[in-house]
Amino acid sequence: MSEKNENENEIDALEDENSAKKSSDTSTIIQYLSFVLGKEEYGVDILRVQEIRSWEPVSRVPNVPFYEKGVVNLRGAIVPIIDLRERFSLSKPEYTPLTVVVVLQTGSGSHTRIMGVVVDSVSDVISIERTDIQSAPDFGTKVSNEFINGLVSVNERMVMLLDVDKLLLLETLEQNDY
Amino acid sequence: MSIDMSQFHQVFFEECFEGLEAMESGLLSLDIGDIDPEAINTIFRAAHSIKGGSGTFGFTVVAEYTHIMETLLDEMRDGRRQVTKQAVDVLLGSVDCLREMLTSIQNEEDVNAESVAVHQSALETELNGESSANTQPNVVATPAINTAPSPIQSQEEDEEPEIEEEQGWKISFCPYLNLLKTGNDPVRLFRELSALGQLTTNVNIQDVPDFNELDPEECNISWDLVLVSDASESTVREIFSWVEEDCELELSPLAKPKKKKKPKVATPLSASTPAVVETKEVIAPVIVPPPTTVVKKASSESDSAKNAPKASSSIRVDTDKIDTLINMVGEVVITQSMLGLIGENFTMDKVGQLKRGLAQLERHTRDLQQSVMNIRMLPISFVFSRFPRLVHDISTKLNKKITLKLVGENTEVDKAVVELINDPLVHLIRNSLDHGIEMPAERIAAGKPETGTIELKAYHRGGHIVIEIIDDGRGMDKSKLLAKAIEKGLVEESAIMTDKQILELIFMPGFSTAEQLSDISGRGVGMDVVRRNIQSLGGNIDIISELGKGSTIAIHLPLTLAILDGQSVAVGDETYIVPLVSIIESINITEKMLNKVAGKGETFKLRNEYLPIIRMREIFNVKTGAATKPNEGVIVVVEGQGALCGFLVDELLGQQQVVIKSLEANYRRVEGVSGATILGDGSVALILDVPGLVRLSVC
Repeated sequence: MSEKNENENEIDALEDENSAKKSSDTSTIIQYLSFVLGKEEYGVDILRVQEIRSWEPVSRVPNVPFYEKGVVNLRGAIVPIIDLRERFSLSKPEYTPLTVVVVLQTGSGSHTRIMGVVVDSVSDVISIERTDIQSAPDFGTKVSNEFINGLVSVNERMVMLLDVDKLLLLETLEQNDY
Repeated sequence: MSIDMSQFHQVFFEECFEGLEAMESGLLSLDIGDIDPEAINTIFRAAHSIKGGSGTFGFTVVAEYTHIMETLLDEMRDGRRQVTKQAVDVLLGSVDCLREMLTSIQNEEDVNAESVAVHQSALETELNGESSANTQPNVVATPAINTAPSPIQSQEEDEEPEIEEEQGWKISFCPYLNLLKTGNDPVRLFRELSALGQLTTNVNIQDVPDFNELDPEECNISWDLVLVSDASESTVREIFSWVEEDCELELSPLAKPKKKKKPKVATPLSASTPAVVETKEVIAPVIVPPPTTVVKKASSESDSAKNAPKASSSIRVDTDKIDTLINMVGEVVITQSMLGLIGENFTMDKVGQLKRGLAQLERHTRDLQQSVMNIRMLPISFVFSRFPRLVHDISTKLNKKITLKLVGENTEVDKAVVELINDPLVHLIRNSLDHGIEMPAERIAAGKPETGTIELKAYHRGGHIVIEIIDDGRGMDKSKLLAKAIEKGLVEESAIMTDKQILELIFMPGFSTAEQLSDISGRGVGMDVVRRNIQSLGGNIDIISELGKGSTIAIHLPLTLAILDGQSVAVGDETYIVPLVSIIESINITEKMLNKVAGKGETFKLRNEYLPIIRMREIFNVKTGAATKPNEGVIVVVEGQGALCGFLVDELLGQQQVVIKSLEANYRRVEGVSGATILGDGSVALILDVPGLVRLSVC
């Protein structure tokens, strides 16, 4: 129980930090890396992206949710790979030469984690005025609202901006099992 | 000009904690009644360097506090004070208090003024209570062997004027012989001093040799100076800052402080470091801070509990070890360039050369690995050294007579193990103290020596370190254990158990046989946690106990947590690593050896025992590959949770040393898996957590 509280505190702290960042540079444009999941387009803060790799077979980890595909060796570090398409129940997971893994990092200070997310393809780097971001409406169904930071329209397409920190906090979801 | 001192803080704290440990062990080894002057000197030196360091870094609270301790120790050292058990206890308390203060400072918290004040007043009571310049006739003479010949000092103490109204400083300045050679001129110092106020100089020339033997380049003169001035101590000291390496300097204020303090004798830190300036400020009247409310104290305690202490993550390494490492790296570089040369224009006739080169590289890599691992190795004394204090405190509290014997303190073990083994050991030793060793009367009645012995022993065996806690106490009563377990409903009444199994009962959660709970142990939450901690380190724990004769608890731990010997096994087309230490044997089984329990659980008969089979394929939900029947695969017999068990895998792949990588660093804990490693082909294999798996399969 206390662990969970700590996690929540951690999230709060992260959010505080983010909001602090936002207030310090209000006029700036933020860049997002956009990628495609099924037919939808999503974006993540480009500063959170460590690298983009092609899909390679993973070592399966037993008894974890199906969308946690397994772990790979990323230059000596053991990095989990999450299939976002399965996480959001979007498209059938097919692994083609075009399937890419976006390696994201989260956390602050000494405690950072990295994690790879599988997406169908990476499309673009988009620059967004902060004021153009709309808050996310309640979807109710497929994507639980908590991962969505906001919506933005780019060339008539809708891009959903994901909150990397929340996305990568696997523990909060499965903590109760342990 | 100002230097950022904070960069040195870490080192300072480490040194302080080392000093405190030295003081503590010194104090504990003091044999009341037969005092070894060198032992007191050691304690004094530690206190002194803490004082010096904290003064330098501006931690005046610590400096002032240590100063009182130092005064007390100084008197003991000179034999002016008898070393009593009470004094030792007060000093031990002060060591704790100092440690607390330093920890708070290190964590940038406020020092708990209340507890400091309590300890400080205890110290002062001790200091003033029976302190006297008149040495009691029965005091054990403990000549301060390091005292430098400086007759002025003692004179000064005795003749120190009782009532002196003027403000100023009395300075005793004894230059070493080489003062003039370093280009310093005392006259210049005096001139500067006289600029501060009215200066009276008094020259001591009794050390000046005969004219024939006189070396004009040596300074044989010392001075007693009286400076009437309102200059602060630091101002006066500053004037001497250039010569402080070359003289003995003592400052005392002319005006007596309100609280009469004992005069002090200045002595160099040790004979080997002759040039030491004694910081001799007289303690200002102690300001006892207004007592803070209990509520505040409680909150500060809970605060400190919340903020995990800033663990020091540095490590001290012998230069020898680093030199070996550098040599090794050199070798690797040479081999690498040799291989590079072969590869540059490679022809088939160079294959032999290449093979030799690769073999060499392999050897060097292994050596390199070993010496890097060596750097992480610390002697187990880092843990052991804390226990004499623990035993001392608890045995006093329990009115038991106990000696602690440490064996094999220099056995080296990985730093991570050192850090994690402490708590379990504390628990086990407390148990031995509390439950194991009997009261003196009981011991005599049982025909044992009055004083109980607890032996803490560490040694290497195979790839393991074994730590044993041996006591000669009452041992464990198996029938009582069993009765208790039945009473608590942990065991069926009809259960048939071996002696070993009965002893293992104490590791069950919620098991405690102590008739009376005490604050030392007996709440029954301990042993299962101890076992779990040790297992999480990849070790195991055994008990041997004989009623009336004592118990032995043996902890087996891997030498390092970074590398393990593993057996890679195939399950489907996945590869897993089973730690070699938990494997008893691997066998192919035949249909005949198989049995079913209740139509479901599978067992097989290994010699005379029936062992459960855990199908790795099922427990890990492996869907690829073929083998479904036990007799098509291989049974790896492992030991976990004190029980044997067979893992059914498809194939044995080979043994290798694997580097343990954390799965939790980027991911999370996975049941049944203790970590991951990277195989030769770059892919990741999971390392099995054998006890965890056994647990998983039972549930």
